Amino acid sequence: MKRRIFVTLKNGVLDPQGKAVHHALSGLGFSGVNDVRIGKLVELDVAEGTNDAALAEMCEKLLANTVIENYRIEAA
Amino acid sequence: MKSAVIVFPGSNCDRDLAVCLRDVTGQAPAIIWHGESELPEGLDLIGVPGGFSYGDYLRSGAMAARSPVMQAVVKAAAKGVKVLGICNGFQVLTEAGLLPGALMRNAGIHFVCRPVPLTVENNQNSFTSKYNAGERITVSVAHHDGNYAADEATLARLEGEGRVVFRYAEPVNGSAHDIAGVINDAGNVMGMMPHPERMADLGAGLDDGRRVFESLLAA
Repeated sequence: MKRRIFVTLKNGVLDPQGKAVHHALSGLGFSGVNDVRIGKLVELDVAEGTNDAALAEMCEKLLANTVIENYRIEAA
Repeated sequence: MKSAVIVFPGSNCDRDLAVCLRDVTGQAPAIIWHGESELPEGLDLIGVPGGFSYGDYLRSGAMAARSPVMQAVVKAAAKGVKVLGICNGFQVLTEAGLLPGALMRNAGIHFVCRPVPLTVENNQNSFTSKYNAGERITVSVAHHDGNYAADEATLARLEGEGRVVFRYAEPVNGSAHDIAGVINDAGNVMGMMPHPERMADLGAGLDDGRRVFESLLAA
């Protein structure tokens, strides 16, 4: 079964890549973009029955750095 | 002084660090490959060098921090062996939980590669005793992810406990409190983004980094 892990920067953590992309969008003439934040999507193909606790442990131990990042687990 | 330098796939300052340690201590360090799960007996110092371990996959230092050799480094650090992480080595030590905080993408996006002025904030430890407190020195940086981040409580604790060892004396990468190097609570693990091993050759005219290793030798 497939699961998607979204890893995003915590609120308040500066995202220089997001800022640069925001600037580039403005440069291309796209107005009305208030903010851009960039994160990661990790797609996992895991054994049937893998529970969310196991996935959360993967996030805590490796996939996210919880000092600066949040994670969210979704069924794909 | 018995030292070791850890080498990950993608490390590129391991040899500089080894040459510097041999020069200052008179004893060549053991070179330890990342797949090793045991370290030599009786080490005084473990150096975690700069570079791009595992291609900076996932996050800088993230993969290296979970490698077999780092489990051994974490155990050695708990026993009091001194650990020095430089640049990518600093990123590895934060990812391994040996030092607080995280190193994020530089605030200005750009890779920063130049000599920068640093202030030695604290000389009451094994890594900087040969400097004067408040001394201004110049050491090279070369990094893309050197923007030190930690929550306010952690920053307050680091400042209050004198655990900010080096601070940038001018804006470099957006680091919180201009932090360039921090030390752990026990005083045996230090990480810094600037490269003291690149400024340690007495013949080259720029040797402000050398006293980090002289301090360790004297400790």
